[in-house]
Parts: sequence; C-alpha cells; structure tokens
Amino acid sequence: MKRHSGPLVLGAVAYDAKVVTIWDGFRAWFETQGLTFDYVLFTNYERQVEAHFSGALHLAWNSPLAWIEAQRLAARQRRRVEAIAMRDSDRDLTSVVVVPARSSARTLGDLRGKRIGVGAQDSPQATLIPLLLLAEAGLEPGRDVEVVHHDVLLGKHGDHVGGERDAARALLRGEIEAACMLDANHLAFAQDGTLVSGATRVLAQTPVYDHCNFTVLDGAPAEPVARFRELLLGMSYDDPSVRRLLDLEGLKAWQPGRTSGYAQLERAVERFRFLEPWLAAVAG
Amino acid sequence: MGVHTPRLDLGALGLERGAQLLVKHALRALPVGGTLEVVGTDPHLGLHLRTWARQQGLDWAAIPAGARLGRTAALGGRWVGAEQAGESVAGSAESVHELPPARWGLAARGARVEAGDLGFEFALDRKEVLWTERVGELYRQALAAQWDPAVAVDWNAPFTLPDEVEDAVVQVMTYLIENETAALLVPARFLARIHPHFREVLQLLAVQAADEARHIEVFTRRASMKRTALGLSTQGGQASLKTLLDEPDYALAFFLLSVLGEGSFLSLLRFLHAHAPDPVTARVAELAGVDEARHVAFALAHLKRHLAHDPHLRPRLAAAVEARFDALRELSGLNEEVFEALVLLAAGSFEPQAIARGHDAVLALKADMDAARRHRLEQLGFAPDEAERLSALHTRNFM
Repeated sequence: MKRHSGPLVLGAVAYDAKVVTIWDGFRAWFETQGLTFDYVLFTNYERQVEAHFSGALHLAWNSPLAWIEAQRLAARQRRRVEAIAMRDSDRDLTSVVVVPARSSARTLGDLRGKRIGVGAQDSPQATLIPLLLLAEAGLEPGRDVEVVHHDVLLGKHGDHVGGERDAARALLRGEIEAACMLDANHLAFAQDGTLVSGATRVLAQTPVYDHCNFTVLDGAPAEPVARFRELLLGMSYDDPSVRRLLDLEGLKAWQPGRTSGYAQLERAVERFRFLEPWLAAVAG
Repeated sequence: MGVHTPRLDLGALGLERGAQLLVKHALRALPVGGTLEVVGTDPHLGLHLRTWARQQGLDWAAIPAGARLGRTAALGGRWVGAEQAGESVAGSAESVHELPPARWGLAARGARVEAGDLGFEFALDRKEVLWTERVGELYRQALAAQWDPAVAVDWNAPFTLPDEVEDAVVQVMTYLIENETAALLVPARFLARIHPHFREVLQLLAVQAADEARHIEVFTRRASMKRTALGLSTQGGQASLKTLLDEPDYALAFFLLSVLGEGSFLSLLRFLHAHAPDPVTARVAELAGVDEARHVAFALAHLKRHLAHDPHLRPRLAAAVEARFDALRELSGLNEEVFEALVLLAAGSFEPQAIARGHDAVLALKADMDAARRHRLEQLGFAPDEAERLSALHTRNFM
C-alpha cells in the first residue's frame, strides 16, 4: 500500500484575518505532535469544495452548506465523503425569528405579506434554515413574504457575522418586520446592545441543527487523517498549549463528526433548489 | 434520589444584562457533574441559557422558565495549572521571587496566572541584580517629593546679570541638559527590559526618568529666559555620556551613572545653588539636587545588596571605571567652555578678584566631588586606597 509523504493539507475559508492565526497555531501544534500539517486558505467555500475534489486538499474545514455541496458532488462522481470531527459548539444550534416587542405577530403565519430580514444568501443559520422554517409553516419566501438579504461576504456561508447584525439593525430601524439569526448571535447582539433590551421578542425558533465539520473524501491518506482526528479529539481545554487555539476557534472540545444534524439544511437546499446553479457549473 | 438540586432564581435579570455572573458563581460552588436549576422571568432566558451553555461546554436541559445546567470540567478548565505569581506586598523574602519565569509576563505580582507561555522576554529578571528592600520606601519618597516646575520656581523673579555671567549660566544649563538627557535614557532603556514582577523597581525607575524629564525642562527654561540660543555642546562631553548609554550591564551602568555620575552631580548642584548669581538658577539647582540624591540612594542600595550576593561584582565595578577611563583617555577632560562658565558663574562678575574667587570655588567643588565619590565607593566596600584610585579615574566630565 502506497504510503503518504509530505504534509497533510487542510482547506479552510478565510472569513476573518484570525483564520491565519488559528491555522498557523494548529500547524505549529501538530508539528510538536509529530504530524506534518499545512493548510490552504480560500476566499469562498465553493472554491474550496472544488479544490478538494480536484485533489488539492486532503481534508476541508467545511461549513454545513459546503458539506452538502461536497455530498452532492460526491454522489454525482460516485465518491464517498465523511465528516470526521466537529466542535462541541457545532452541535445543536438553533436559529430564531425576532420581531419588534410591539409587533402584533404571535405566530409565523402572522408574518404573511411582511418583509423578513435574513443574512447572506448562502448563510445556513441566518437565511436557509430560518426560511425553511417559514416555508414549512406555509409562508413561501418571495411569494408569501418578502425576503430582504443582508449580503456580507458572499461565499463565506454566513461565517461573517456582519449580515446578521445588519438584519438586526434593520429590524430596529423598522425597515423589516422580522429578522432571522443564529441563537448565539441573538445572545451576542443582546449583550453588546445591538438589540436594545426589551425592544424585541423571539417569535419562533428552529429545531436544533449542526454546523461545521472536517470533511474527508475517499482516497485521502488514511494514516495521517486518522492521526489528525485522534489528535483533535485528544485536545484538552486544560492544556494551555492548545487552549488559545480552542478559544480562537470557539470550542471547549472536539467531537466526532455526525451528519444527523444537517437534515433541515438538506431540505432547505432541496426546496429552494439552492445548489443547482453551482452544481451545473461544476459539472459543466 | 433525594438529591437536592440547587436552584437559582434570576428574577427579571437576563443574560443580556449580566445574569451569567450569577450563574457562573452558583456553578462554581458545585462539583463537576453537579447540576443547577436556573429560572427567571426574562423572556429570552431559556434561549440564552441554552446558547450560553453550548458556548461554555456545559450540559443543558430545558425546564419551565429556565434550564437545568450541568457543571463540566470545562468551567474553570482555564485555571488548571495556573500559578501564583508571588505576593503583591513585598513583605517577606519569598513574596518577590529570585527568578520569576518569563511566562508570567505582565501579570501583577500576586496575581494567579493562567498557564501558558506567550514568549515574553525580560532580559533583566534576577532579584539579585535588581532588588533592594528599600525600593518601596524610595518609590513612596519619590512620589511625595514630586514638584511642578510651574509652581516650584518663581519664573518672574526679577534679576539682571552682566552679559558674560548670563552667557555662563546658559552654558552651564546647556551642559546640564545633555547630562540629564543621558540620565533619562539610561534608566528608561533598562526599564523596558525588567521583569514586571519587580514592580517597585519599574515604578521607581519610571519616576526617576520623569525626574530627569523635569530637570531637562527647568534647565532649558532657565537657559531660555534671556537668550534665544543655547550654549555649546562638545564632542568630549558627549563621548563621556555615550559610554553610559553604551554600557549593557545593569549593575555597571547604574554604578557609573548614579553612584559616580549623579553622585558627582550632587556636589555640582549644591555648588550651583550656593554660587548662583540669580534666584532662578539657585532654585532649579536645589530642586534637581533633591531628586538626584534619591537616584544615588537607590543605586547604592541595590548595588550593596547585589554585592552581598555576588562576590565577583566588586572587581567588575572597578574594571568598569578603568575601562571607561581608557575609553575616554584620548579626550580632554571637562571642556573649557563648561569649566570657564562655572568659574564665571561663581564669580558673578568679570572683575579679576571675582574671577579668582570663582576659580577657587570650582577647585573646591572638584575636591568635594572627589571626597564624596570616595565615600560612596567605601560604602560599597572598596578599601580607602582603592576608592581613592577609582575616584581619580572618574570622568572629568563629572557625569
């Protein structure tokens, strides 16, 4: 069996300057653990997924939407993808639909005919999953409600929080009747004063879903990938040499990958035919 | 069964207004695996507790009007392996470490420091070199003795000097300014390399640098009272000061600068105070002299302690004086301009008899400096003959 030589190469999307700090830090730490590791940064997830399938990467730090893109592409090419690990904080997220405290809306149905502020078009948490919640409650986006996008850094799948913040501000200015956001951002905006205390109310909350994962394609070098996963799962928040990296990446512990938390996003992608243009372009 | 789950009622307080402080406090009282019920009336409480628990790595379960949180090892995990960085008050020998690790970084002495190493580098980190039990007391004295040039000096005091004497005062001030600049830069350069564990040393050296900044101000201001241009600056004078800036060793630099240089300046400032031809010159010399005495006392104190711990230091101090003498051998002594200005300043007029008196006063000043230097060298344990020899080698530039 052919042995892998050279570094294990990860792809990640540069949604913020700190991404360099994070992966430089991981690279140095992996070196101390005997794993030769390197990374490539992309400006958007689509390019990362394409590079992954072209063989330029051994594994990819994928958004949930990028994971589904990889799944769809793999199905077409009769290949296999696997989610090998994720953050503890990637599990069991929810999104909320927020309305002004004085809004007369009591149920999602009351938003019929209203303007709904969402994040970037490709944000699972601030756009696709909340719009699915509306659609499954009988409000078809674009037909029964007007969708107002807040596109900050398209291609980054909503990793940049700016779109959600813009939606929250638009809600307070009265430009929209409801805003969709990740639960963690609702807490952050409440704490930093973006959402003025007492000025808004949560109208609805999605079921739980999962976020990012490390995606591996069949044919990846088994030994270093297994070592990578083993090292991740062994990282302890008690260890000061890795704590800073865990803090930067926003987790307390790595967990094994699971794919049971992507069902809502899959339904959203299916319902809104969201990936068809991209899949057509890649296949073309 | 029968196990009581503690309950925290937050009332109307939500996480958007700081409730997590109370929740964390209650969780810390529990062992890992313990659970806490958190309830309240904030409409967002359930949502925010769930999100916060996920971010904190805590277990979570919904209950009416709140959540049940499970304490995990993640809460407080940051403090595993944390270290106690000495004691804030330098009360006992152990409260200040002999060699504090660089990884403590900028942490306050007495703080509990999270484990980790950010790669701080503090070249000066040995208590043996830096410390004196008197440092706290000297710092408090320094603070109490701070003065405001605008208030402490009567800049409107009326006086008129003969042109030659005013020129002499301006020349002496010009010389003092460049010497005080060296006395500012030397501690400032070391200051940036000292481990912050030695807090009082940092504080005292910072005030010392500020003292020199103030001296530069008042000497500049006196020189500018009647003249638009300052006096002369010589290569010889600056070469002597440059050897102080070039000295990389903390103990040697403070020995040369503070014990020998600023020590000699104490005599000079007393001389200027006594012989000043005008009240402003007398006052600024007096004020600067009080500060310089403290700088000398600090250097003597830490060098005495250092000498008690390191028997090899005394010969190194002697060698430093010799090396500096050799380095400056090619240069003439105190520049003529400064010497003559001192004579004229003490004379107070251009009359021959006055000049003779001024000349005698400057010779007496040099003798006074020598005696004071020998006395301080003996305080540092040098034998009288060695003290005499080393004092004679001291730079003729005084500083």
